[in-house]
Amino acid sequence: MQTINNEDLVLTTEEIETDVLVIGGGTAGPMAAIKAKQQDPSLRVLLLEKANVKRSGAISMGMDGLNNAVIPGYATPEQYVKEITVANDGIVNQKTLFAYAENSYAMIEELDSWGVKFEKDENGDYAVKKVHHMGTYVLPMPEGHDIKKVLYRKLKQTRVNVTNRLVATRVLIADDGRVAGALAFDCRSGVYTVIRAKAVILCTGAAGRLGLPASGYLFGTYENPTNAGDGYSMAYHAGAELSGIECFQINPLIKDYNGPACAYVTGPMGGYTANAQGERFIESDYWSGQMMQEFHQELAGGKGPVFLKVDHLAEETISNIETILHSNERPSRGRFHQGRSTDYRTDMIEMHISEIGLCSGHSASGVWVNEHAETTVPGLYAAGDLACVPHNYMLGAFVYGRLAGESAASYCANTELAEVDTKQVETERQRIFAPLARKHGLSPTQVEYKLRRLVNDYLQPPKVARRMEIGLVRFEEIRADLQQIVASNPHELMRAAEVSFILDCAEMAAKASLFRTESRWGLYHARQDYSERNDAEWAVHVQVQKDQSGAMSIFKRPLEPYIVEPDDVEKAVYQQIRIQPKGAVVSSGVSHEL
Amino acid sequence: MSFSPIDFPVKVDLNACIADKGCTVCIDVCPLDVLVIDPATGKAGMKYDECWYCLPCEKDCPTQAIRVDIPYLLR
Repeated sequence: MQTINNEDLVLTTEEIETDVLVIGGGTAGPMAAIKAKQQDPSLRVLLLEKANVKRSGAISMGMDGLNNAVIPGYATPEQYVKEITVANDGIVNQKTLFAYAENSYAMIEELDSWGVKFEKDENGDYAVKKVHHMGTYVLPMPEGHDIKKVLYRKLKQTRVNVTNRLVATRVLIADDGRVAGALAFDCRSGVYTVIRAKAVILCTGAAGRLGLPASGYLFGTYENPTNAGDGYSMAYHAGAELSGIECFQINPLIKDYNGPACAYVTGPMGGYTANAQGERFIESDYWSGQMMQEFHQELAGGKGPVFLKVDHLAEETISNIETILHSNERPSRGRFHQGRSTDYRTDMIEMHISEIGLCSGHSASGVWVNEHAETTVPGLYAAGDLACVPHNYMLGAFVYGRLAGESAASYCANTELAEVDTKQVETERQRIFAPLARKHGLSPTQVEYKLRRLVNDYLQPPKVARRMEIGLVRFEEIRADLQQIVASNPHELMRAAEVSFILDCAEMAAKASLFRTESRWGLYHARQDYSERNDAEWAVHVQVQKDQSGAMSIFKRPLEPYIVEPDDVEKAVYQQIRIQPKGAVVSSGVSHEL
Repeated sequence: MSFSPIDFPVKVDLNACIADKGCTVCIDVCPLDVLVIDPATGKAGMKYDECWYCLPCEKDCPTQAIRVDIPYLLR
């Protein structure tokens, strides 16, 4: 591997001025930028992307379906809000769920009008499938591979300014506490960039490089590994509240391959999750912490490992599944199976659980937002996987992208650019570029590997206090190691910056998990030392925030009163995931033919 | 690939690749920014062993010069 002599690199600084700055050009980000510009075409809207907007984020290769479409005739917003309230064990701000649910259908129609293809029946109606426990929300997108192209076309039409390969590292905050812009550097040229903006919208996706996959391969993550938790770290240092960080993302995946296995694509076609005996052991494959708890038990128990089973299906169905799974979200999946000589027709496919991550799109951990996508910092907005709107998925990212773009555009109409604090600019320059100046030290890859190995050792559920406390001590040692990282070019500088994001996320994950002294969300927050759910004390949000002294504070935020209250039958649905043996008495008396 | 004798996931057919004629499609679309133009050949190649095997480079290549293998650790 070539080493660039870092003395050859001339470091310069550029300044950019805009009205709305959107950080992250994956899913929510392009929508936020388009909607801000559509609402007020006089605004300067800049979409900043760490990779390239054409192929960035969680849907870089497309998406094979909507997991949470709220379509009239199939589901109502009230029903959806109740379902997610129950699926997330009651810890939701229902106003934010309603804001999603009520705008869900309009967003599908708008995406449809832009050219995104959804499955329709012979009458031209959306072909919605049932996967969840109660309602019907899954809309397949067998031709969903074009979605990034559609978004890109729309960005160009709307005249949004786009800049690629800029790594944002900090949000600039003015003296009065509001947003003043952001700081970034180019991961190819190394140019340091100060962006002045009236409003900043964070759309940087999940913290996908938190845990280490069981393979040990740093980039074998479920999430696009470009999403290293950048936005979680930036929001934290900007003083914003984060919420539900202890509710980790853990997904059921093909073993050693980062593709999801079952629920949304194969489930409606008759595939299911099976144990080694080929038996179904969970009633619904909808991803939830409770489902993952059963999955984890089956893996560890005598009936493991766990498999994706489709070998009982007709050839026509299997080739249809292959076409969808091997051409949309994870197109390298076919060659993975080929390499292992496994075939859906004759083999059950071994599954495993993913590394841990933070992602509100799947679970609930994110930057705290209200129903207008506002964070607790004036001028700072968040949308997509990093914004705390539980189980929001891709369509939620689009809807909250829209809300964030419109909110930010309204905010800009009555706001002037804030003054940039030169001290913040210089402090960050020192922090980011220090690895280039060091002559000897640690490689970013090694520090990242060790940090993420420690995350697995000390934070992977089931959780227990003493282990997480030791983890925090070890994370502090890694924090000291950051001062020894060496980089020889801007690419390695990007990896070094990402290690600091991952470390911030690890610390937040440990502290929030220690704070919530109960178990909730199945495997996502299974505490061995507090194994019961305790609604009397813990029917609250757990918030993480940087306090005035710069320390990490963790505190409770009361739940907002529910707008719609799930009834007792509905409340029990996600507690009873495991299939009961024939003739067994189900203690809750709940019918599962819902 | 001339950067390293080690087997990397992204394989470039040097006869088909037109990076030396100004094409940078694969380098542009890689989310992890692992591809560069090899100064020795003028062709695209993998510089950083950080592939997510997501395939935009392969799918978007105008001359079908790229093939992405599953990284060895996962095979």
